[in-house]
Amino acid sequence: MDKEQRKHATSMAKQDVLDRIHNFYEVALGYTQEQAMAEAERCLQCPNPRCVQGCPVDIDIPAFIKEIKEGNFLAASAKIKEKNSLPAVCGRVCPQENQCQKMCVIGKMGDPISIGRLERFASDYERKMGVNIPDKDVAPVTGKVAIVGSGPAGLTVAADLVKLGHEVAMFESLHLAGGVLMYGIPEFRLPKEIVQAEVEYIKKLGVDVKTNYTIGRIFTIDELFADGFDAIFVGSGAGLPRFMGIPGENLGGVYSANEFLIRVNLMKGYLFPEYDTPIRIGKNVAVIGGGNVAMDSARCSLRLGAEKVYIVYRRSREELPAREEEAENAEEEGIIFRLLNNPTKFVGDESGWVSGMECIKMELGEPDASGRRRPVPVEGSEFMMDIDTAIIAIGQTPNPLIQRTTEGLETTKWGTIVVNEETGAATKEGVYAGGDVVSGAATVISAMGAGKKAAKGIHEYIKKKKGGK
Amino acid sequence: MYKIVAKKELAPNIYLIEVAAPDVAAKANPGQFVIIRLDDKGERVPLTIAGVDLEKGTVATAFHAVGRTTKKLAKVNAGESIMDFSGPLGNPAEVGKFGKVLLVGGGVWCAPLHYVATTLRKNGNKLVVAAAGRTENDMVYADELKAVSDVFYVATDDGSKGSEGLDFLADVLKSEKFDHAVVMGPVSMLKKVVEMTRPYGLNTMVTLASLMVDGTGMCGACRVTVGGETKFACMDGPEFNGLDVDFDELISRQRVYLPEERMASMIYDKLGGGVKRG
Ligand SMILES: Cc1cc2nc3c(=O)[nH]c(=O)nc-3n(C[C@H](O)[C@H](O)[C@H](O)COP(=O)(O)OP(=O)(O)OC[C@H]3O[C@@H](n4cnc5c(N)ncnc54)[C@H](O)[C@@H]3O)c2cc1C
Ligand code: FES
Repeated sequence: MDKEQRKHATSMAKQDVLDRIHNFYEVALGYTQEQAMAEAERCLQCPNPRCVQGCPVDIDIPAFIKEIKEGNFLAASAKIKEKNSLPAVCGRVCPQENQCQKMCVIGKMGDPISIGRLERFASDYERKMGVNIPDKDVAPVTGKVAIVGSGPAGLTVAADLVKLGHEVAMFESLHLAGGVLMYGIPEFRLPKEIVQAEVEYIKKLGVDVKTNYTIGRIFTIDELFADGFDAIFVGSGAGLPRFMGIPGENLGGVYSANEFLIRVNLMKGYLFPEYDTPIRIGKNVAVIGGGNVAMDSARCSLRLGAEKVYIVYRRSREELPAREEEAENAEEEGIIFRLLNNPTKFVGDESGWVSGMECIKMELGEPDASGRRRPVPVEGSEFMMDIDTAIIAIGQTPNPLIQRTTEGLETTKWGTIVVNEETGAATKEGVYAGGDVVSGAATVISAMGAGKKAAKGIHEYIKKKKGGK
Repeated sequence: MYKIVAKKELAPNIYLIEVAAPDVAAKANPGQFVIIRLDDKGERVPLTIAGVDLEKGTVATAFHAVGRTTKKLAKVNAGESIMDFSGPLGNPAEVGKFGKVLLVGGGVWCAPLHYVATTLRKNGNKLVVAAAGRTENDMVYADELKAVSDVFYVATDDGSKGSEGLDFLADVLKSEKFDHAVVMGPVSMLKKVVEMTRPYGLNTMVTLASLMVDGTGMCGACRVTVGGETKFACMDGPEFNGLDVDFDELISRQRVYLPEERMASMIYDKLGGGVKRG
């Protein structure tokens, strides 16, 4: 491979923009075998790979890329699965530009290796070939573990512990397992079939998945212990939507992003009336926020038939927290970015439906605690936007139900559960936690990383607890 | 899958079903609700719990077959199953010892009100109960409510049985002192009763059936303004003190999906729709 060639990433086909804005099929189409092998060829196979340092779960990246280069796709997938139990998901939704790919040395001179696309390719290949169910290592001491929540954190803990030989029951309050992967991230970014394949996989490993069980209502954590569970992992996520607390927020047509996305993704509102759950979208939609949740809400709105969709974000393009690829896709699809603007109130028509949103212009001031420049309102710059739908995507905090109903579980003022970083142990004996319920809304891969640590912590705890007997 | 073990038509289009869900039954309390989903294309619909049978492991709930989902549910027979039955959700109603309690129920809501009433009575309260229906034929649970009350009134919108409308309650409130009130019914009725109890500062607990999706605090579809603050009916309620509730906002939020619901219901009436039966 010549030097020039090595600098350029193999591009991945995408659904044409004019088609995709009218459907919910996946936008990114993935590599073919030839493309994957060509991209793998670019990897320098560094002896001290920096990409691995950027991976929250330490995947042996050069090793799996080498397998792809040599055409051993199943071996590549197996290599990834040593560390990451949800590669088909992560290959699609990880912010690779801030993780592995950011560290890639080729990135200094050209495009970094498309590690995410290669990860996706290997795991899609494996899924098509039929996934192997590994033999269990039966641990010398086995325990009974309850997992609360079936998002990436819970799925990871469940898979790791059941493979070690423990008895695992997973409780999920919704009717389908998968957490945000099912109810939040849209089909066109992460097909639900892929998520359900992961859920089927852990079921086949022997995890008892109980949907429709809201812990804190049907059983409390203490009742689960009384029922004979040795340890409990809380991976209940950050599902409580934040509102802005501005006038008019309870008007018709003003949704939390969670309500909007649950109706669209989990309940398949885009297929109403074939599916029973309705979703109403207007002509002019304002989505407030700049993260993945905002991008997803905006792109769903477009696909539901909105004419104009705005992203209203109080900082500038540079601070946009969304995954870069999704922000680019959104721009390509014609989403209008109204940066450095902040809503101040909603106004409604006589029927109680939102008809306008007042915003104020912002400018960037001094950096704040997070290191980002703080947006400050420009006095007297208020203006009105004509809208008939607003979607509020300014963040989520943990649902307080478990924290409220569990004695001795220390939480922070943000409602997150306090844990030991290394083991995932919470302040109540036998309780472990990880993912968004500990970190606040973060990423799939960080939830999985926390799940890995907690699974280890729980295994050690059970060994110690039962060791004496 | 959750099996419907018994089904009764209480009045034209009003049904009571008992569903096998032992874990739900074991934890259910009066005032809490379940969320049901009929099949894999179904919507999530909240229904208030109307009683449990711990021995049989069943949970009872009553519904009025007016929308697409409830019309479909009315066609599911005893012995058949529905896909999802999640609960108990929401906080239990307050059923402690108050003294003299006024209970008012409207239509299908008389069934869950009976569950609350039974417990209030067990806890030593004196109960004055008013059961309301559109017409005599629409009355449900009147005999059952009568059996647990010290004083019992019936009212119908058309006067076909008992008093015509609920205006008579103004006189009852004038002549008797109550320590607590519980109202379950359509929002317009809740609002009306609260307007009558307000002059007496009587704590009037109302169960709010706001729009819901998940029922666990995730979506905020159920938000209501109570005492000037935004609350989630599914997490902070569904029972609130009616004196603090912004009913007009609630009524307008409830109408949000009316056009879609009418369309879905019309499509169902004209074309039917398969409910997968187990
Ligand atoms: C719209 C959207 C888009 C996103 N896009 C990306 C992306 O592109 N890349 C990325 O890396 N991250 C993304 N994220 C963030 C990522 O999805 C989360 O960080 C991750 O899912 C957290 O995993 P978790 O396991 O901690 O919790 P969750 O995935 O939130 O799962 C928690 C589960 O617990 C259940 N639960 C809660 N309370 C209870 C209870 N009391 N009893 C039983 N079950 C309960 C919930 O129903 C839920 O299913 C996105 C998030 C959203 C909302
Ligand atoms: S129903 Fe979703 S938060 Fe209450």
